[in-house]
Amino acid sequence: MRIGLFVTCLADGLYPDVGRATVRVLERLGHTVEFPEAQSCCGQMHVNTGYQKQAVPLVERYADVFAGYDAVVAPSGSCVGSVRHQHAMLARRFGTPALQAQVDAVAAKTYELSELLVDVLGVTDVGAYFPHTVTYHPTCHSLRLLRVGDKPTRLLRAVEGLELVELTDADQCCGFGGTFALKNADTSTAMLADKMRHVLDTGAEVCSAGDSSCLMHIGGGLSRIRAGARTLHLAQILASTREEAA
Amino acid sequence: MSAVMLGMPGAPPTSPRGVGHLRGEESFPAAARHSLADTQLRANLGHATRTIRGKRAAVVAELPDWEELREAGRQLKVHTMAHLPAYLVQLEEAVTARGGVVHWARDAAEANAIVVDLVRGTGSDEVVKVKSMATQEIALNEALEAAGIAAFETDLAELIVQLGHDKPSHILVPAIHRNRAEIREIFLREMGDVDPALSDDPAALANAARLHLRRKFLSARVAVSGANFAVAETGTLSVVESEGNGRMCLTLPQTLITVMGIEKVVPRYRDLEVFLQLLPRSSTGERMNPYTSLWTGVTPGDGPQEFHLVLLDNGRSAVLSDAEGRDALNCIRCSACLNVCPVYERAGGHAYGSVYPGPIGAILSPQLTGVEDNASLPYASSLCGACYDVCPVKINIPDILVHLRAEHTEAQAAGRRVPTAEAAAMQAAAVVMRSPRRWRLALRGGRLGRLLGRRRGVIGEVPLPVLKQWTDARDLTRPPTSTFRDWWAREHGDGQPSDEGERP
Repeated sequence: MRIGLFVTCLADGLYPDVGRATVRVLERLGHTVEFPEAQSCCGQMHVNTGYQKQAVPLVERYADVFAGYDAVVAPSGSCVGSVRHQHAMLARRFGTPALQAQVDAVAAKTYELSELLVDVLGVTDVGAYFPHTVTYHPTCHSLRLLRVGDKPTRLLRAVEGLELVELTDADQCCGFGGTFALKNADTSTAMLADKMRHVLDTGAEVCSAGDSSCLMHIGGGLSRIRAGARTLHLAQILASTREEAA
Repeated sequence: MSAVMLGMPGAPPTSPRGVGHLRGEESFPAAARHSLADTQLRANLGHATRTIRGKRAAVVAELPDWEELREAGRQLKVHTMAHLPAYLVQLEEAVTARGGVVHWARDAAEANAIVVDLVRGTGSDEVVKVKSMATQEIALNEALEAAGIAAFETDLAELIVQLGHDKPSHILVPAIHRNRAEIREIFLREMGDVDPALSDDPAALANAARLHLRRKFLSARVAVSGANFAVAETGTLSVVESEGNGRMCLTLPQTLITVMGIEKVVPRYRDLEVFLQLLPRSSTGERMNPYTSLWTGVTPGDGPQEFHLVLLDNGRSAVLSDAEGRDALNCIRCSACLNVCPVYERAGGHAYGSVYPGPIGAILSPQLTGVEDNASLPYASSLCGACYDVCPVKINIPDILVHLRAEHTEAQAAGRRVPTAEAAAMQAAAVVMRSPRRWRLALRGGRLGRLLGRRRGVIGEVPLPVLKQWTDARDLTRPPTSTFRDWWAREHGDGQPSDEGERP
């Protein structure tokens, strides 16, 4: 199976460890991952901020770059949500019928990491070792756009040494929401405060999620108050082993 | 016949400025800043929304066909909106045939004028009111007061809001921002005839309101209501409620005036079967609401002997004309989306400025007024999608929010010679991101961000616009020394980043 990695613009520039971890997990399971370098961004930031036309070239690029793969994987529920739900809308509004068909075909084989592992590759135990208490923030778009359900926590429960602690109000948004965090900074911060309180109430050392953007938000808040809990992407925990710990 | 333009070419008018309660005085972020600082409000809202969320989830979970019901509700609404002019005319004919009088109001000002004239015609200088969003939308109470007519709200929560000289902050629970201690204060101060020893026990408060209202019910000769549903085939109107105060207003006075948004019509009597299941479970978390009133025209010797139906457009035709946004009209005002919304729960209803708060308000108000008059509302959401999940008629609120954001930025761009800073930044980002070479160089340049500060591997407070909005409350990740693609080129490639797939 030819697996293409859509690393996402955020992981490429700010969280390369998340991309590396995604590659390591899949290679450890015996798969070959390719990284087409012509990729950039899914365009979600543009669409969600009201700049749909500007996102169209990014949609075309995505469909172009990933057309030849059997499966495309991204370590982000939100970016995969954009590919599956927004690309079709943009192709319908601004594109040709050919682009619409291309977009639909690529979207149908684009998976968030936990979906690829559990649904496509049929694995829940990826052979990871992570001897820490972890709580999991399921992220809005993984939950409600992709319906990944308990796939991430099934993967985490299979990690040797890991103790998973339930997060209160886990399904509530952390307050990131892209440019929402800037345009409505006060409301966003109030939402973040509640999310951090619930994370800290668990006593977990690590708050994990399947999306670097939510983790950037939660982690930025935890760091500011010197909370003593850190954030790690699901991929980083799944990549962790005795030899190479996250 | 109809003065309302439906399905006509050209853009139908939005709700006019200067009348009604669809526009706030401040933008959402500015108004939210006040409410977020109110710890009492945060506690009241957090407690109330959590309670209703739990009740709703429990009664929805017990229905095996909930998803089929939602889909039925959605399809009924979509069908009705696609044939709205025909159903409204059918409704008018059915109501008229049963002895009612139908009035068509293009906007809030026309509707208010019609109601004022009707009340004056009865010789009465007071009306009792059934809880109604439409009359709040058009500021009917203020219009009546200006005409020397006193309007008495009879829904308990609306009464609290009215006596407190306050504004409703929730569709279903207008006084959700008040706790019982505050309500006791308001009653003692405003009711005049209340026992000074009144406690803040909910039963005692309800009894005080009961005694206060009973006198109004027995003396009022005119009632004003809204409508939850109007059946085109029979001309039947319906109001659902919890307290029975609405039932008093709908049956005791001589004259009943109902103000109804044109989107409230349903084709057939049997369609109520779907909505009367969806609505109470979604709104109060009850299997069935305590009072469902249905009336058809006038019945000699029983109930009001004069019935007027005012059909209100006030921007609804404008909403209907937008294929991407029109599903906002499908709303049955259950307020489930408010109760699950993390933004509403913290900022509260008043921050939305309009009588329609929460996620549904964020898509309805800007469409009724034109997006330029409520420009901050489409952005008052993190697009978390919780609203879409609970909506009983499956309105895709996040998609409509995104659509309205595009409408707003495109209108801004059309009206300016120089783009806004945001538009310029988004354009620049798009230009960079669509070229692999420029994107690679930009990522490299991002590493210069390290100059911004390097405390503990993160960037602390940065007093620059935009960055400040982030770093006021959160640290920013320090860009790494190597991007992912640099690492990939070293580990998997030939060490040289490729410009394969480059486009001009």
